[in-house]
Amino acid sequence: MYLYSLTLQRATGIVSAINGNFSGGKAQEIVVARGKVLDLLRPDENGKLQTVLSVEIFGAVRSLAQFRLTGAQKDYIAVGSDSGRIVILEYNKERNVFDKIHQETFGKSGCRRIVPGQYLAVDPKGRAVMIGACEKQKLVYVLNRDTVARLTISSPLEAHKSHTICYSVCGVDCGFDNPIFAAIELDYSEADQDSTGQAASEAQKNLTFYELDLGLNHVSRKWSEQVDNGANMLVTVPGGGDGPSGVLVCAENFVIYKNQGHPDVRAVIPRRADLPAERGVLIVSAATHKQKSMFFFLLQTEYGDIFKVTLDHENDKVKELKIKYFDTIPVTSSMCVLKSGFLFAASEFGNHALYQFQAIGEEEDVEASSATLMETEEGFQPVFFQPRGLKNLVRIDQVESLMPIMDMKVANLFDEETPQIFSLCGRGPRSSLRILRPGLAISEMAVSQLPGVPSAVWTVKKNVSDEFDAYIVVSFNNATLVLSIGETVEEVSDSGFLDTTPSLAVSLIGDDSLMQIHPNGIRHIREDGRINEWRTPGKRTIVKVGSNRLQVVIALSGGELIYFEVDMTGQLMEVEKNEMSGDVACLDIAPVPEGRQRSRFLAVGSYDNTIRVLSLDPDDCMQILSVQSVSAPPESLLFLEVQASIGGEDGADHPASLFLNAGLQTGVLSRTVVDMVTGQLSDSRSRFLGLRAPKLFSINVRGRRAMLCLSSRPWLGYIHQGHFLLTPLSYETLEYAASFSSDQCAEGVVAVAGDALRIFTIERLGETFNETAIPLRYTPRKFVLQPKRKLLVIIESDQGAYTAEEREAAKKECFEVAGMGENGSANAEQMENGDDDKDDPLSDEQYGYPKAESDKWVSCIRVLDPRSASTTCLLELQDNEAAFSVCTVNFHDKEHGTLLAVGTAKGLQFWPKRSLVAGFIHIYKFVDDGKSLELLHKTQVEGVPLALCQFQGRLLAGIGSVLRLYDLGKKRLLRKCENKLFPNTIVSIHTYRDRIYVGDIQESFHFCKYRRDENQLYIFADDSVPRWLTSSYHVDFDTVAGADKFGNIYFVRLPQDVSDEIEEDPTGGKIKWEQGKLNGAPNKVEEIVQFHIGDVVNSLQKASLIPGGGECIIYGTVMGSVGALLPFTSRDDVDFFSHLEMHLRQDHPPLCGRDHMAYRSAYFPVKDVIDGDLCEQFPTLPLDAQRKIADELDRTPGEILKKLEEVRNKII
Amino acid sequence: MQASDRFNINSQLEHLQAKYVGTGHADLNRFEWAVNIQRDSYASYIGHYPMLAYFALAENESIGRERYNFMQKMLLPCGLPPEREDD
Repeated sequence: MYLYSLTLQRATGIVSAINGNFSGGKAQEIVVARGKVLDLLRPDENGKLQTVLSVEIFGAVRSLAQFRLTGAQKDYIAVGSDSGRIVILEYNKERNVFDKIHQETFGKSGCRRIVPGQYLAVDPKGRAVMIGACEKQKLVYVLNRDTVARLTISSPLEAHKSHTICYSVCGVDCGFDNPIFAAIELDYSEADQDSTGQAASEAQKNLTFYELDLGLNHVSRKWSEQVDNGANMLVTVPGGGDGPSGVLVCAENFVIYKNQGHPDVRAVIPRRADLPAERGVLIVSAATHKQKSMFFFLLQTEYGDIFKVTLDHENDKVKELKIKYFDTIPVTSSMCVLKSGFLFAASEFGNHALYQFQAIGEEEDVEASSATLMETEEGFQPVFFQPRGLKNLVRIDQVESLMPIMDMKVANLFDEETPQIFSLCGRGPRSSLRILRPGLAISEMAVSQLPGVPSAVWTVKKNVSDEFDAYIVVSFNNATLVLSIGETVEEVSDSGFLDTTPSLAVSLIGDDSLMQIHPNGIRHIREDGRINEWRTPGKRTIVKVGSNRLQVVIALSGGELIYFEVDMTGQLMEVEKNEMSGDVACLDIAPVPEGRQRSRFLAVGSYDNTIRVLSLDPDDCMQILSVQSVSAPPESLLFLEVQASIGGEDGADHPASLFLNAGLQTGVLSRTVVDMVTGQLSDSRSRFLGLRAPKLFSINVRGRRAMLCLSSRPWLGYIHQGHFLLTPLSYETLEYAASFSSDQCAEGVVAVAGDALRIFTIERLGETFNETAIPLRYTPRKFVLQPKRKLLVIIESDQGAYTAEEREAAKKECFEVAGMGENGSANAEQMENGDDDKDDPLSDEQYGYPKAESDKWVSCIRVLDPRSASTTCLLELQDNEAAFSVCTVNFHDKEHGTLLAVGTAKGLQFWPKRSLVAGFIHIYKFVDDGKSLELLHKTQVEGVPLALCQFQGRLLAGIGSVLRLYDLGKKRLLRKCENKLFPNTIVSIHTYRDRIYVGDIQESFHFCKYRRDENQLYIFADDSVPRWLTSSYHVDFDTVAGADKFGNIYFVRLPQDVSDEIEEDPTGGKIKWEQGKLNGAPNKVEEIVQFHIGDVVNSLQKASLIPGGGECIIYGTVMGSVGALLPFTSRDDVDFFSHLEMHLRQDHPPLCGRDHMAYRSAYFPVKDVIDGDLCEQFPTLPLDAQRKIADELDRTPGEILKKLEEVRNKII
Repeated sequence: MQASDRFNINSQLEHLQAKYVGTGHADLNRFEWAVNIQRDSYASYIGHYPMLAYFALAENESIGRERYNFMQKMLLPCGLPPEREDD
């Protein structure tokens, strides 16, 4: 089996974010690392974050830093990754790519203890960069520029120190003196030797300054001093005239200002009043804002509270350090303060946000200061505060993030054309069920009812130079309605259009006149109001029209074509006639190319299943240039230029290719390349769009022509970062559409469907899925679908949180204590209304649940109707119980029908050792048509039941290392049979016929059988590789797919002969089982597929995302990405793609220096999987490189692109 | 030191041990071995962000806190060292 791996939705979580001017100029930009993807984001003028560039780098980005050479206008990006190399990137605005400026190798690849890459620090003046590892190694590279102002990088200078753990590094701003880097270090050498533990207890963290002597080209330890033992992070303090220099050391509960030769200035971080006393407060992310006259720091704690830190200083002497409560936002992994007054918050879980500063915390608020720091016998006196609503920030945009996907299932619960992906995302109060549908999201701007059922709609400008459309023209069966676009859209009658007849086409013609084509003629409305009417000869009527701004072709009934051109005076002149053999089904003329008089090609579709391309040139007018026969009569035609290579931010400088798109009556869209010179048709590709014949329309997307295809659902064909994408829109069936541009909406679409006129815009171009989110209460763990009742049962549980009642009580108390005066009581009422109240001043989504002791659990079981997004039943578990597994089960006595089994644990603790009070299996009965649950009974078990599964009318449960079979009793579950021979903890159970596939938490799969007559469960085969399973899926009788904690996906298969033997053997391989060696099973499964995803996969499922598409394995990951593995069906494809992959590996190595093959084989050698993400980078290569690879493969670049498109279309 | 010494097996080993933390030697005891494994593991958890997020989810802590905890555990990953046998 060979698989094609393709990421459908790139990771949405963010590891690290930096901001700067990467394209030069004034624009503030953000570069984010999403694990294996680097993105460049830019807020647009409306404050919406736009992804400008997104590159898969086939490696793990661990740290990012930006720097700027003195006097330069542009920031560079330094990347620390798992490649054992430091990479300096520059954003190339012209080609919209990251250019690799430097790549210096310093060590082995992989995320290792002593190989640098974990930490990056730059000198604030951009003269040097330090790259550090968790332990021992630190390297300093000197940055400079050569005579032609190119960036140069030196060979590395070592600043190693053995037996030393490094917590953080940062650059110290010391103006133009020698660059200094600061590091928090901890020496463990003595602690390792001293068995009394004294050395360990005395182990002391140090703050060390490393000085790079630019004259000697040498790094030396300049200064080292003890620092608080809770220190975890360093922040550079501006220096060299802008501030006092030095560093802020963030430690547990404290922020300390330190500098060489300066006494410590320490202030305590204010604590939330409800925080348990034993918990510390740790700073997890920091941002600095620096202006000419002032600077401040924003530090965020692990609970989400942001503090503004200011230094009161006189020259280099810091007198006071103040920490003032600023605002509370969800916990971030990085924050960026943009010069334009925005704060970008990259949330560690859940949606990211862009905030605008309303104020900078000048107002009175809770403040801790070094001046008022009180030391008592029990340590420093804490300062308390209550979180409150946002005062200084206001959120203006959100970027969706699925991180983490906890569980995912593909099903078509809504009876739509394509299945939906139900995914459980997020954590704690920010968790949600997200329903993903392939396609682009749209936002509806207006819907208005029309007096009849319209058949068509157009928009026209009055003048070619106008920015916006002037009229919307709607055609009915026997009339035409004209609406003028202004502040509002209203009907007008002075437009000159004939309103007593239906229209066939309405457009701008020439520079400033309008044309209406109706069945009996052409009405040409000149700018000054004169009207020229051309009437059809005899009783013939016009049936089809094709036109652009200067050319019009009409088809009369019977098959006659008449061609008109606009002459110099703006008159419409008949040029040529042509008799076709039969009726014309559709027509299209390409738009007039810039600087030309006319477009050369006319496409004519006929009912005899052919499409002809005719010339419109004066010398061979109406000559047939080429003919294409198609599988069904074409319904609609459209010429579209596609620039299939990158360049610029959204498209190409490369010569484009012209595509003739044809919507056929079978619902297929066929796309054919038209030779720009000869008009020859070649390289045809087709795709099934829906049950209706696609009608094609040209609209504008990002200022370029794009194609809207209206079949049983609408599709958009457009260019995104160099790729032509054909994506469905998540919208209802439309009849007819036109582009729409007005003051309020620059790039919209107006469409008719039923008797309504709809205006909408298309959002978030480039996304594969659009999502509908339904909020949940706690971290979702697992869920089951009830396909018949179309309901979901979700289990949610959170550690270290208070129960709902306790939380409400605490909140009430907090409002009373805070004495919020007049609105205090109102708030309390709001809280009772539930968590969906947006105005709640302390919404848990924003502030998180208050922390409880780590042995406290809250949990609930929820029945959810995804259609109405309503929870029909919610059971909170009591007594510190938390749910971990769920399944539906039909016991064979059938008394109750389908029951729900939920595995729970009471008082579970992970530290210091995993322990629990008790485990339970709850059995619930569905009542009220499945909308509600009723507890039948609960059975105590000795461990955590992490896996449950129905098996032959009984319930199989994995409890710790025991696999047990239960039957339903009146009062409790009854043990029937068990096997205790599993190595660690059972985390998954799948069954098929009499086989049971058991997944162990760290020892991969075990294949078991149940012998009814002897009532025995036994293992007949297992895996020889230890695998830390995170998810699994049963693929077929002999095959299972699994994913491990280290980011690998693998398939194991029982060899055919062994499988046959087991099935034929009357003892079912049991005799052999008794002969197993070294505690293992007698048979071993074989690994048939192996691939490193580079992200922890939390769910696997076999599904087909498109009707008639092949089944593939869909996976969802912790970082919020969704991908697919598609099995190849032909050997030729395997050969083709493996060669393409090989050439791309050679000619296009990954951006951040990790070897592609090594990355995909990070833990186990990659086996039989072709990396589609790498193959899809083919179009981003320069044209000559594309041609070179294509030559090696004996194909043309076009054919390769077509292949890539085909395989993608099989998946989605 | 003679030129030949530089290439004998012991000096090569010493060189490796100095350069790569965790390179074993003949007298390595169980504790030292375990400590190395644990430190390598923690460093790997810290380096692989998705894994860090996975732990953070399990323990319901922030990723920053989880990273700090792992760093702290690198000091004494296996508890106190055993008492040395005097020889």
